Amino acid sequence: MKPFTFERARTPAEAAEAASRTAGARFIAGGTNLLDLMKLQIETPAHLIDVNGLALDRIEDTPDGGLRIGALVRNTDMAADARVRRAYGLLSRAVVAGASGQLRNQATTAGNLLQRTRCPYFYDTNQPCNKRQPGSGCAAIAGVSRQLAVIGGSDACIATHPGDMAVAMRALDATVETVKAGGATRRIPIAGFHRLPGDMPQVDTVLEQGELITAVTLPPPVGGKQIYRKVRDRASYAFALVSVAAVVQPDGTGRVAVGGVAHKPWRVEAAEAEMPRGAKAVAARLMQGANPTHDNAFKVTLVERTLAAVLAEARA
Amino acid sequence: MKFDTPATTNPIDQLKVVGKPIDRIDGPLKTTGTAPYAYERHDVAPNQAYGYVVGSAIPKGRVNAVHVQEAMGAPGVLAIVSTLNVPQLGLGRMNTARLFGGAEIQHYHQAVAVVVAETFEQARAAAMLVQVDYAGAPGKYDLAQEAPNASPVGGSSGEGSSAGPVDRVGNFDAAFASAVVKLDQTYTTPDETHAMMEPFATVAAWDGDKLTVWTSNQMVAWGKGDLAKTLDIPEANVRLVSPFIGGGFGGKLFVRADVALAAIGARAAKRPVKLALTRPMIANNTTHRPATIQRIRIGAQPDGAITAIAHESTSGNLPKGKPETAVAQTKLLYGGANRLTSMRLAVLDLPEGNSMRAPGEAPGLMALEIAMDEMAEKLGMDPIEFRIKNDTQVDPEKPDRPFSQRQLVQCLRQGAERFGWKNRNPKPGQVQDGRWLVGMGVAAGFRNNQLTKSAARVRLETDGKVTVETDMTDIGTGTYTIIAQTAAEMMGLPMNRVVVKLGDSDYPVSAGSGGQWGANNSTAGVFAASIKLRETVAGRLGFNSADAVFADGRVRSGNRDAALADAARDGALVAEDGIEYGDLAKKYQQSTFAGHFVEVGVDSFTGETRVRRMLAVCAAGRILNPKSARSQVIGAMTMGVGAALMEELAVDTKRGFFVNHDLAGYEVPVHADIPYQEVVFLDETDPISSPMKAKGVGELGLCGVGAAVANAVYNATGVRVRDYPLTLDKLIDQLPQVA
Repeated sequence: MKPFTFERARTPAEAAEAASRTAGARFIAGGTNLLDLMKLQIETPAHLIDVNGLALDRIEDTPDGGLRIGALVRNTDMAADARVRRAYGLLSRAVVAGASGQLRNQATTAGNLLQRTRCPYFYDTNQPCNKRQPGSGCAAIAGVSRQLAVIGGSDACIATHPGDMAVAMRALDATVETVKAGGATRRIPIAGFHRLPGDMPQVDTVLEQGELITAVTLPPPVGGKQIYRKVRDRASYAFALVSVAAVVQPDGTGRVAVGGVAHKPWRVEAAEAEMPRGAKAVAARLMQGANPTHDNAFKVTLVERTLAAVLAEARA
Repeated sequence: MKFDTPATTNPIDQLKVVGKPIDRIDGPLKTTGTAPYAYERHDVAPNQAYGYVVGSAIPKGRVNAVHVQEAMGAPGVLAIVSTLNVPQLGLGRMNTARLFGGAEIQHYHQAVAVVVAETFEQARAAAMLVQVDYAGAPGKYDLAQEAPNASPVGGSSGEGSSAGPVDRVGNFDAAFASAVVKLDQTYTTPDETHAMMEPFATVAAWDGDKLTVWTSNQMVAWGKGDLAKTLDIPEANVRLVSPFIGGGFGGKLFVRADVALAAIGARAAKRPVKLALTRPMIANNTTHRPATIQRIRIGAQPDGAITAIAHESTSGNLPKGKPETAVAQTKLLYGGANRLTSMRLAVLDLPEGNSMRAPGEAPGLMALEIAMDEMAEKLGMDPIEFRIKNDTQVDPEKPDRPFSQRQLVQCLRQGAERFGWKNRNPKPGQVQDGRWLVGMGVAAGFRNNQLTKSAARVRLETDGKVTVETDMTDIGTGTYTIIAQTAAEMMGLPMNRVVVKLGDSDYPVSAGSGGQWGANNSTAGVFAASIKLRETVAGRLGFNSADAVFADGRVRSGNRDAALADAARDGALVAEDGIEYGDLAKKYQQSTFAGHFVEVGVDSFTGETRVRRMLAVCAAGRILNPKSARSQVIGAMTMGVGAALMEELAVDTKRGFFVNHDLAGYEVPVHADIPYQEVVFLDETDPISSPMKAKGVGELGLCGVGAAVANAVYNATGVRVRDYPLTLDKLIDQLPQVA
């Protein structure tokens, strides 16, 4: 890895300040993704700002009956929190479906949102990749693309957001709270947090340079059956081919977000109106406009069938 | 000791120590992290520097220039050697691709430079500053596309399976044409990588013109010879040390770039150099199991008797590479008067294809044993009964050549009983357990038993302990333990009075670890040396060696009795000998057999396959240590599950490389994939194999497992998948509709 400078920030605003001041600065918390990328020189930050000391590691009740999950809450702690498990089982299930116990002990809420794609071409610096090196081209579209996006991609990029946590948060209508240099804060609905690749696949989210995530808030519990179904080639420790995060109410209405298919957690609110009519109807609307490759066309079918599994489980 | 007549009763038959499920004696070293693996040999040479390999960014072409100025100026850099600085290195005798040297690029990630620096991080950072100018050349990377151009070729895996370009017995074409029931299908297996836990790693140190490498290598003597050849130095100037190996699976049979470049880097930096291949480099820089396209035709009478069987395999490799010998087991496994096997090799510019655990049989049985399942169904026969019907006790190509032991039928029958095979519904797609479609599958396991000479030195120390020295390796298999058991049995000592030293080219040359030949041959070598030591001891004590009994730390002859240690009172006694084999392997076909049984659940919605339980019933001669043998077999069964369900090096057929070149992209089974596994060893001794009467099991445990999984998936779903791995995308369109 390239040499870099390092500092420990004392407050969120100070961290944001430092990051906007220093070109090529990155925040580091758990480091489970960033350090790997630095070793391969896919990420080459000149300066690291350690945010682990910022006391953003608490889960608090919000006045409206929701939860505020600090940016530095470790994935293990979030998944094990009694309030999360009781009222937001979907989130807990999604988190434990990801990574391994060791990684979840280290990974944070904010870091999980910001993890980068696992597209193999992104990881091989000999290969063209518009996300890693803008303008170099995309080797994946005509290459090995079984894991990659089937919807919302572009001619420049078919990478997926690889996470599970964000998919559940999308279904739960979470909000990402941030602070910028100067102390200004903003609340970004998770629907608008991750971008589609378009012609700027190097940009994963709408965060600005130096903007620091401080928390993710969850609105009051929505009840219902909360199911996270992750489909993968092996039983554990693998990224999703497709995952479905669903909240299903007793009357058959509900919400659905899908992972493993797009550059962001994929949710189409209009598709949810079809839920009482079953998986086929929901999937048809949800995946309308899908543009898979030869390698990953199966994902379109898989979304429908996984959704069917989830709805069957909800009925059971 | 020449072994040229079947073994009679010998001291091993006492089975006081041999045959017992003794814990591995190196276990505490491993569980406490104190077993010295190559990259941890901080102790062996002072002032070690770190090497880092730069791999080619193109799959084929030439290196025009290597710009190292910027890298040379990076912090901590001691030396950089580029491939243009040295002539093309010599080629190991079983390798195809060059490790380094010269301008030619034969495959992706072939080494083009080595950077040596004070720290690992410095070496890695500097390596990324090395700029290489390439001239790319068009290459061939698509086996399916090149298969029509493949040429017939014979070959040997070097590990016990071989076949000619075209081998015929009887008249296959006529017999197949007139067969009442027939099958003609094509199966494919993908490229696989060994994915062993310990990466390729070496510490290299020069002392004048003498080179010592502490490395991770399965075959110490081959490695010593090939390293000398690679570097063009006298073999006598090379010492290779490899006492602990964190898995090899055939990838570490040979000298790889880590060894060569550690030595070259150390010479350039004038310092000892430590170097490991990083995980993302291993898949493309080293060797892999080549993909195959296999056509199988079987013709039978209505009663299930096979009259015609053909197995034709096409694989790819670099120019002058060898084929994957996937047809080899079909020459021996089932009867039938009219037979055809053939192999074809397509020239590809992918990295070198070479040995991976059970080369030949592993992918060959993945195809053949699905074909047998399909054929049984066509015949309306139970797949076990169909196999039993076609059992043969002689080499089907040379009927005057019997198998030394062949208990395949017993393996299948006993396995059926234990597994509850009678509860299997022969009609596929009928059994459901909640959302799971449940099915059972069976396959025969088959792997040859290789005889190869092996030597050892055995020393009775003055304190009465016995030390064994041999260049044999323990690749996680339990070799330390079975060698100690052998010496303990022979010398009449408890295990704690035996010290075993392995993996040093200064020790007598052994069989090494490959082709599941290690256990039988290396212990037979220790047997031979121990016989010699017993004679020396008896002579020293003035006993008649022929009737001396070694037991309980004492030697008895007639009414005379002495402590074993007494023989070494005036100094240690040393004996060195080895086992060599006569022509028993020509007179008898020596093979090992198994019945593999698998139950799977296939998710009726998503098509995910998960194994529910597994059983292997093995007949493999005397089992020297049932505990370590079981570990070998369950590990192999796990590898079989990987091959069946998930393992595949994905080829970018335009860019010419294996894309998923790390352990996130190349999936192998995790704990959650592996449920209940049961292993049964049939009671067997094989006096034809060696004085130990043992055979190998480490590859038998893999051979056939993949097909048993595939057959179980078929039984569960009614969907026949003939292209491995059986990932859900190959099932999902054919599964029952869901709401």
